[in-house]
Amino acid sequence: MSVMTEVTIFVLAAFVGFEVISKVPTTLHTPLMSQTNAIHGIVMLGGLIVVGYANDPLEYVIGTIAIAFGAINIVGGFMVTDRMLGMFSKKPKPKADADGKAGK
Amino acid sequence: MSLLAVLEPGGSAATALYIVAFSLFIIGIKQGTHPTTAKRGNQIAAVGMAVAIVTTLLLDGIGNWGLIALGLGIGTAVGVIASIRVQMTEMPQMVALYNGVGGGAVALIAWSELRHGISGINSGDIASIPLEELIPTLFAAVVGSVSFWGSNIAFAKLQDLIPTKPLSVPGQQVINGVLLIGILAACVDIAVNNGDPSQAIFIAILLAAALLGNLVVLPIGGADMPVVISLLNAFTGLSAAAAGFALHNVALIVAGTLVGSSGTILTMEMATAMNRSVGNVLFAGFGGAPAGGAAGSTEERPHVSIGAQDAAIKLAYADTVVIVPGYGLAVAQAQHAIKEVADELEKRGVTVNYAIHPVAGRMPGHMNVLLAEADVPYEQLKEMEEINPEMPRTDVAVIVGANDVTNPAAKNDPDSPIAGMPIIEVSEAQQVIVIKRSLSPGFAGIDNDLFYEANTSMLFDDAKKAAADIAAEIQNL
Repeated sequence: MSVMTEVTIFVLAAFVGFEVISKVPTTLHTPLMSQTNAIHGIVMLGGLIVVGYANDPLEYVIGTIAIAFGAINIVGGFMVTDRMLGMFSKKPKPKADADGKAGK
Repeated sequence: MSLLAVLEPGGSAATALYIVAFSLFIIGIKQGTHPTTAKRGNQIAAVGMAVAIVTTLLLDGIGNWGLIALGLGIGTAVGVIASIRVQMTEMPQMVALYNGVGGGAVALIAWSELRHGISGINSGDIASIPLEELIPTLFAAVVGSVSFWGSNIAFAKLQDLIPTKPLSVPGQQVINGVLLIGILAACVDIAVNNGDPSQAIFIAILLAAALLGNLVVLPIGGADMPVVISLLNAFTGLSAAAAGFALHNVALIVAGTLVGSSGTILTMEMATAMNRSVGNVLFAGFGGAPAGGAAGSTEERPHVSIGAQDAAIKLAYADTVVIVPGYGLAVAQAQHAIKEVADELEKRGVTVNYAIHPVAGRMPGHMNVLLAEADVPYEQLKEMEEINPEMPRTDVAVIVGANDVTNPAAKNDPDSPIAGMPIIEVSEAQQVIVIKRSLSPGFAGIDNDLFYEANTSMLFDDAKKAAADIAAEIQNL
């Protein structure tokens, strides 16, 4: 892929990003941020690639830390976003819960 | 191992799968534009990530599986534990930390890329590292390192490990400027000598960028954290995109750019909400030089002080109540107690809404998450533009732990340090109750004229205790 193709992709992605993200309401900005943290974990791909051609102890260490950092972003980011967004979805009334327990 | 290596790096199959992955990211974010679909959107984005990872693991040239398993294992364990244990009040710290590790990963990958290039030159495979790879590598290294260290400082400030007050040394701007120029010069040196780049200079760049990250964020005060976190978010995104250019990986370019766009939009929104430029936030510690005149007038001004019972009566006999939460509510963990007050009022037929200033809390949208945690329906969370026209028709506005964002001086006094900052116009309401420990000024270091207005009553107490008392008093009415 030529550099100019990559630049084209970059510019178009920036426009798409601005277009889509500017429609996210303020209410959801914190989940948006932790979700973009998770998406940023894509750098783990870079870690996987560089550790493949690592051939001395320093490069092993650098690559492994990069993979671990990326994995923290991906796993932690998606999971905490999921937890937060669960709070925004409608929950059953607590009273119904108490009644259910009494019924059983 | 060769069984797994089925995809050619940069080949059509790998690229096609990467396109699927980043399309899922975009669809996921698009679903994130509404609270009811956002959870599914997050899952869609996670599927996209799984596609990207599996694709990469299938690439020819991927090896050292033991190290990959080790890195994945450690990262997954940390990520799972952190996401389960983190409190919602701690989300800004968590995002700061994630920005940091993301930036750190990019800086390490850039370093590894450079070493790979140098070993290629030494073995005679290539004559020089092509600039189209070297320049993004340098960019990724600098921005990644600045983000890593800047985010760690932001984390330490939010976690109260270091003082949240602006810390600066004399001549700091000059030092920062010299560091930046030095970094740029060193980058030019490496780029010019791309047939024999010096790894020592590269490490010096990483270190100088680390120092710069520390020095830029240390002087920034706690109130400006929403801007700083958003900006560092944008930086890490751009550094990931740069790493994508260096590795010719389209998934990295698109995903990094999406994160960069998101961080940029949030940075601009936060800065606008404080009526300050991003440069002003970064280079002029807010309240670093609080105008002596405005803050200095220490003489007692007349104000009305009430107790929980009076507040309960005012609220219980109102038709419409607007609650204005600020960071003080989060500090006092009062979101659940406030929800109880709202529940009691709603039982009596009072309409309750929440007015959320864009910079309420320590990061964009933070207050909304805290209130959602306390089961406040998101329909009741009103943005500033939405609630301000309603203010004159509001019977009682209750301010809990907010200060500067309600100060009418921002509108009325052109000489005020916060002049022009958009505020929640609570003084338009019929009555105002301010729950606060004392009359002390907020982050901006200026007196709040609202406290001394005729229709304002002050309830001096801890936010959580006051809210619990008011809820109990309403029940007794």
